Amino acid sequence: MAPCVALVGNPNVGKSTLFNALTGLHQHTGNWAGKTVDVAKGAFTWGEETVTVVDLPGTYSLQTSSPEEDITLDYLLHGEAAGVVVVCDATCLERNLILALQVLEVTGSVLVCVNLMDEAKRLGVAVDLSALERRLGVPVLGISAGTGAGMEQLKERMAALARGQWTGEARPAASPMERVHTAQDYARQAVDATPTPGVRRQQRWNRRLTSRGTAIPLMLVLLAGVMWLTVAGANLPSSLLSHGFDWLGQRLDVWMGGWHPQIKAFLLDGVYGVTTWVVSVMLPPMAIFFPLFTLLEDLGYLPRVAFVLDHAFQKARACGKQALTMCMSLGCTACGVTGCRIIDSPRERLAAMLTASLVPCNGKFPTLLALITLFLVGEGGSLVGAAALLGVLLLGVAATLGCTRLLTATVLKGTPSTFVLELPPFRRPRVGQVVVRSLLDRTVFVLARAVVIAAPAGGVIWLLANLTVGDATLLAHITGFLDPLGRLMGLDGVILTAFLLGWPANEIVMPVMLMAYLAQGSLVEWDQLAGVHDLLLEQGWSWSTAVCTLLFALFHWPCSTTCLTIYRESKSVKWTLVAVAVPTLLGVGLCVLVNALGSLLGI
Amino acid sequence: MEQWNLAALEEGESGYVESVSTHLALKHRLQDLGLIPGTRVTCMARSPAGDPCAYLIRGALIALRQTDAREITLRPAHGQGA
Repeated sequence: MAPCVALVGNPNVGKSTLFNALTGLHQHTGNWAGKTVDVAKGAFTWGEETVTVVDLPGTYSLQTSSPEEDITLDYLLHGEAAGVVVVCDATCLERNLILALQVLEVTGSVLVCVNLMDEAKRLGVAVDLSALERRLGVPVLGISAGTGAGMEQLKERMAALARGQWTGEARPAASPMERVHTAQDYARQAVDATPTPGVRRQQRWNRRLTSRGTAIPLMLVLLAGVMWLTVAGANLPSSLLSHGFDWLGQRLDVWMGGWHPQIKAFLLDGVYGVTTWVVSVMLPPMAIFFPLFTLLEDLGYLPRVAFVLDHAFQKARACGKQALTMCMSLGCTACGVTGCRIIDSPRERLAAMLTASLVPCNGKFPTLLALITLFLVGEGGSLVGAAALLGVLLLGVAATLGCTRLLTATVLKGTPSTFVLELPPFRRPRVGQVVVRSLLDRTVFVLARAVVIAAPAGGVIWLLANLTVGDATLLAHITGFLDPLGRLMGLDGVILTAFLLGWPANEIVMPVMLMAYLAQGSLVEWDQLAGVHDLLLEQGWSWSTAVCTLLFALFHWPCSTTCLTIYRESKSVKWTLVAVAVPTLLGVGLCVLVNALGSLLGI
Repeated sequence: MEQWNLAALEEGESGYVESVSTHLALKHRLQDLGLIPGTRVTCMARSPAGDPCAYLIRGALIALRQTDAREITLRPAHGQGA
């Protein structure tokens, strides 16, 4: 095994950016939510040597009051690292030095790396690195990981550190108070700050994005903007992809010429049809949504969302950081569930996990959008569609708050924990890096998972639709069995079956539904919405059917990946079942209610 | 005179921490962030509901809820009068 160096630092110091810049694509754990909750490992080569880099979770302290701190301290004491790089934020050096001093009490083999030197310069902060080096007694290096400045020198020093060429003495243990005072002294001697217009600009934007009057409208505008770009931008590539797959399907059909017709139909109509449908419907919105989302994350906007929404969560007896995990769930619920690790209190973390699937994920967008376009807004264009989608989303947020309050009043009683959240300075996002990383880490990851599930699911669905038992297909038996329950909820047996079969991936709900309606075991052309509309009307869909389907699409059991993730995170079958029950009961309840009201009013 | 505390700090106003009497876990967390007696704190922003607020602590912007902020007493910043 190659010699190893660990990265330690406060959250939001650009540690992940540095890790990515060091190791490129040679790393194991993709760190999803921008939060390194798992220990990520990577490597870089310097000359002939290979140096392993371990990215420890961002932490404020080694006092072991949170899992991140536990991991960090444990690794420093027992891990295989020959040395530690403490990553500091040049714009906030004093606070960062508190952790650096703590690390120096554990080991002397330390390199202090002052990151974000470019940001500091912009904000009028000058750091005297040699003064700091003299004070700390270990090498200090200034870099800007975003632009790559100072990276070569850092690699050289890290290689030396990994070889064990630098083994300093650990500092004597100090009390927390003493540490803060020492950090203050050192920072005073090494940092010279003269506020620039950049500082005032930061403060102005911070006020706009957080204060009464402007915060909520700006948040809605941003969210609507992201939705609109996703909806409008995805249309063309989606239809291009779908045409491309059609063309390829026809070629495959010719190529398979002499194959048994049933096997051919199974592969082409079942496996190929559903898989390509999922790709063409999912890929474009994801490829737009994830980079936009990462951009907002990089900018430092998301913690402001948590700040603005904390009051509502406080009223629901939960943690404002749940707003952050909700944002992650918007991309993928399973990722939102993993993201709940940022919530310190176990009770509040569980509340966030159990309600994570109430916010619609990317996989539900296509279904929601199709229903909105077909029945609610007509051909109002993407702007109206985005507005309606935003409305659906806000309904999800309201349900999250309501269910959270219900949970904290019943099964998750307890005293509210404290809420300490850092609002990092706004940073200019590295657009190129953001696009590449979010495409690699998120889009491809989520898409690959969906395809892995969609391919066999497509086969199973085709079999169900084509295998006959008695006088009807298996699918018809199932839909017939579920029909009474479906009718009670304002749906029908087919819709309910589609949601059940869509358990592995929400994206396949719509194709399954259409396949069952057509009862011919193959998918219709998705870009002919008018045709779909007629088909659904023919099957007895009314306005209330569409509303109920929309509500159930929004609130039903979490997908299989999410269920698995909840189980892994909570290590409890009971809580996983509660996580399934919460959205399901809500969805069934709402549907029954809307259906009853609808028939009462005669809609 | 009633104790002046962090929650009473107006936007843009500063004070020096006199004592931190929150529960221990939060006290430790605040220590990690460099908030100890003698630290200068400025209220930088109020959320739309007025709670939580964001405070500038040793160069970093930290959001705290008002129930916790009330447990942190202050003495006036130099030059702002008593």
